[in-house]
Parts: sequence; structure tokens; C-alpha cells
Amino acid sequence: MIVTRGLTKRFGRTLAVDGIDLQVSEGDRYGFLGPNGSGKTTTVRMILGLVFATCGEIEVLGHPVPERSAAALVDVGALVEAPAAYPHLSARANLDLLEAAGPRAHRLSRALRRERIDETLELVGLGGAGRRPVRAFSLGMRQRLGLAAAVMRRPRLLVLDEPTNGLDPQGIHEIRNLLERLNADGTTVFLSSHLLSEVEQLCTRVGVMDRGRLVAQLAMDDVRRPTGRTVVHVDDPGAALDLLDGGVVERDGGRLVVRDVTVPELTRRLVGAGIAVQEVAPERDSLEGLVLRVTGAGSDRVERPDRVERPDRVERPDRVERPDRVERPDRVERPDRVERPDRVER
Amino acid sequence: MIAVELRKLLGRPRTWVSIGLLCLLPAIVAVLLAVTGIGPAPGEGPALLSAVLSNGTLYPAAALGLVLPIFLPAAVAVVAGDAVAGESAAGTLRVLLVRPVGRTRLLVAKLVSVLVYTALAVCSVALTGYVVGVLLLGRAEPTTTVTSLTVSGTPMTSGQLAWRTALMLGYIGWSMLGVASVSLFLSTLTDSPLGATLGGLAVLVGSTVLVGLDAAESVRGWLPTRYWLSWIDLFRDPILWHDVQRGVLVQAIWIAVLLGAAWAAFSTRDVTS
Repeated sequence: MIVTRGLTKRFGRTLAVDGIDLQVSEGDRYGFLGPNGSGKTTTVRMILGLVFATCGEIEVLGHPVPERSAAALVDVGALVEAPAAYPHLSARANLDLLEAAGPRAHRLSRALRRERIDETLELVGLGGAGRRPVRAFSLGMRQRLGLAAAVMRRPRLLVLDEPTNGLDPQGIHEIRNLLERLNADGTTVFLSSHLLSEVEQLCTRVGVMDRGRLVAQLAMDDVRRPTGRTVVHVDDPGAALDLLDGGVVERDGGRLVVRDVTVPELTRRLVGAGIAVQEVAPERDSLEGLVLRVTGAGSDRVERPDRVERPDRVERPDRVERPDRVERPDRVERPDRVERPDRVER
Repeated sequence: MIAVELRKLLGRPRTWVSIGLLCLLPAIVAVLLAVTGIGPAPGEGPALLSAVLSNGTLYPAAALGLVLPIFLPAAVAVVAGDAVAGESAAGTLRVLLVRPVGRTRLLVAKLVSVLVYTALAVCSVALTGYVVGVLLLGRAEPTTTVTSLTVSGTPMTSGQLAWRTALMLGYIGWSMLGVASVSLFLSTLTDSPLGATLGGLAVLVGSTVLVGLDAAESVRGWLPTRYWLSWIDLFRDPILWHDVQRGVLVQAIWIAVLLGAAWAAFSTRDVTS
């Protein structure tokens, strides 16, 4: 669906994107990760023909970009950075205008357009936004409208850049469900984000950018592969340490990380020695672990000169919110979700 | 895409407010003239104003003469400067381009929309001029076939007047397109609509300054505003075609070069807004 070869972009003296080879296949939910300023957005813009590459090739849905962008883009839905719309028009008028702006052969008929706009607004949770001008929308509502514009044509490929900006955890959850549903119906999703949790929960494949380079590209299953070590929680870590003798590589309270031993064997030995086991599982790598290993600090972090010299210091990226841990509030007001009056009643 | 641009232009309150304001100035002047009956002496003040006191049907031409130096070009520069830079600043440019709308197609649609705005503005001012002129200043004796006088003082039939006014509308519209192309070109370079508008006006003011400067004699003939006021020659008897023709030609060169540059700049530009 998207293939790039040696894709490079130079802005003046800055190398924004440095020879990346992306490979997004049909049906993927591809997560494009990287710290701020690592070249994600520039890459997305090049894929969409908005920014012209300095060198390298791009193919989208089999068409070379930017030479044949129009042929490629008619089957692509995109949301690039902050959603944009004409502020004095309603959500419906905005979608209608955008639809009418397309190439003649790829426009919906007037009747079909109406129906599709209704359907799409409903889908993204703006069914009741009515005639309100976009000027009066909250950030979350604008984000939903941007998403509506992207999915309205039922594209084969969705390219989304930070689609959950400005949404609350409920909204994020809702959008994730929507993307999963579209993906199940055959839409390939390319999602650029700096939020690990978002990518971890949605994506089947990830690419990681760092300072303009694609430093990793692999399936999520490979990201979560076992490390060969075992994590065990015991009541009496002292006794366990004595028993395992040197096999323990990490200790954090009752939690021990043990190497060179399988789960059944470890369980047998601990239980055999009368040590109560709370929990035992093979240690798995995480997306966060991968990203921290392969990337440096984001470009929005500016170190003092005397601190920059220390390459051993690995900064953690911006604190990652995990929406799955956030308490679900009672379903009260969702200011950016606007239900039709008749649905609110239920 | 052209239809979409026109819908955007006509659906926008700004369009109508600016045209309304453009029409307001000639209306105020007409009221003052009608109430006081004091006109500028012939040969002084804005063109044709002295003549309209006796005949309101000349007022459309006089009205355009009033807004031509600054108000009309300013309004046109606002619309043209906003054309691409406005979309860019609002972020809607990228949304349109990935729809996809071809860049050349988008630029042509913007150009058409600026053209329509210019035509609307010029015609509205002329129409307002006619209405307030006839209502407040009255028309000359309807019994005679000769209803007006030319600037040269010879009589002119109402048919001739209508024809000359129409020519003048076209000529002024063409001159405004010169301003529009400066702002449209700048609009493709920057993300700031204000910058593109002011750039267009700066060229206008700069050109006006140079036209009045004797030391600029050698380049004067090629400045965009050099022949702007030559429309008055259309109301002479016989019509002095020389300056009008030069004006159309000089304007055409400016328009062709600037629109070409606008196309080249826009179709190769990185859209990063």
C-alpha cells in the first residue's frame, strides 16, 4: 500500500528525513512512532504529495507519488496534524464542500452525498452537531470532523497523523474502535503518533523513527516476543534469592527477574523449596522498551551543552498516558460527542 | 472546483461587506453633492465630479473614479492575497490538496473567484453610482437626444454614454486584475494572507510614487499604475485610444508574468502549514 525507497527530505541545512524504506502492506494497522521532530509528519506529507522529496521514491497504492498523486489519493483518506475546516460553515457544509471539490470522476451524486455525510457524521459521533458553525466546535469535535472527512469516501488507505489529539480517553477509545472496525472491513490504516499506548493497542505493525531515520520496522508480535527471562513474584524474595543463586538479574521488592530457566521449571523449584509464588510469567519485551532502546531524546528536548556530552544518559520520552488505566467516569457529559436528540433518550 | 470556490466566495459575509463599503463612499459623496450643490471646479478634484451635478447618469463613471485610487485595489488585494495564503494559514490547503485537488486546478479556481469578485465589485459600484446619481442628482432633459457632455464639452447620446461606461468597467476591471495578480503571486509564497495583501498594495503605492517622479521617466511607461487613470480618455471626444491601448498591454504583461510566477511557485512548493 505504501512503499518508500531511500526517501530523503532536506529543508535547507536540516536533514528532516534520511533515506527511509517504509513498507506498509494491505490490511496492516501500521503504527508510525517516534519522538517529536523525528520526521514523522514530513514523511506523512511526502506520502500525500504535499511536500516534495529531495530524493528517493514513494509508491502509494501502486502509483508513484508525486508524479501520479491524484490517482493514488482518490483512494486515500487523510488527517494531517490539526484538523482544519472552514470556521463559518457547519460540519455538514464543510464535508459537502470538500466532497464537491474532488475530481469530477470521483464525486458522489448529490443524493448519495447527503446520505453519506449523515452516515459519516453519525459514525464519528457528530450526528447532532446540526447547523452549528465549526467556529463553535471544541478541539475534540474538530478532531472528529477531521476524521469524518478522512473516512467519508471509504478509502482503501487511511493516513492519520496524531488523530487522537485533543480527545479524552473515552474519545480515544471510541476512535480506536472505529479504526479497528474499518480495518476489519479492509481499510489499511497508517497511524503516525508519538503516543506509545495508542500504537500498542491498535497496531499490528510498527515503524520507529529517530532523528530522520527509520530505526526499526517490525510486527507487533515480534515486539512482544519473550526475552528468554522469567518474571516471578514471591512472598519471600530472600529465600528465593538463596535458592536461585545468581540466576536473578533484577530484584524489585518481591518481583524477581530470573534468567536461563523456564516457567515450569522455576515454579517447580520454588514450590519445592516451600516458597509461595504469587505470579510467574515469561518476560516479554514491550513497545516502550523497544522505542527507548532504538531512539534518543526527542528534538524538543534541548540539553545544556555540558549535559549533551553524556551519551549514556537515556531520557525517557514524554510521560505516556495509558488511557486503559484511567478511571471511567460515569457516562456524563461528553462535550465533543454530540448525539442526535433521539439517541440521547435511550 | 471552480464552482466550489465561487460558493465559498459568495457564501462569505466578507465579500458582501467589502462590496457594501465600496459602494458606500460614492453614495456619501452623491448625498453631499446633492444637498450642497457644491461641486469641484471643472478640471479640479476627482474626474467627472464637476460634470455630474448637471447630470446624474455620468455618476457611475465618477463613482468608479472615486474608489479607484485606493479602496477598490485594496479590496481586490484582500481577496487575492487571501486566496492561497488564507487556505494555507487555516490548514484547509492541505485538506483540499489531499482530497485530491490538483494544484493548477486550485490556482485557476482561485483566479476565477478573484475575477468574479473584481467584476462584482466594479459592477456594484457602477450600479450604485447609477441609482444614487439618477435619484439624487437627476438626469438631464429627457426631451433631447443629447443627454450628456463629454469631458471635451461636446454632446454625447445616452447610447454612447452606456457604451463608454461599459468600456470603462472593462478597463478598470483589467487594471484591478493587475493588482490581483501581484497579491495572488505573493499569496502562493507565504502563509500570511495579510502579508500578501500588503505586498500587493505596496507594489501599487510604490508604482504610484514612481509614476509621479520625473527621474523615473525611463521606466514609467511600464509601471502597472501608469495608465490606470487613462479611462477618462474614453469620455473625450474623440476617444483617445493611445493611452488606453498602452494601458491594456502593460497590464497584460504584468498579469501574464505574475500569474506564470504564481503557477510555478505554487506547483513546486512544499505545503508545510
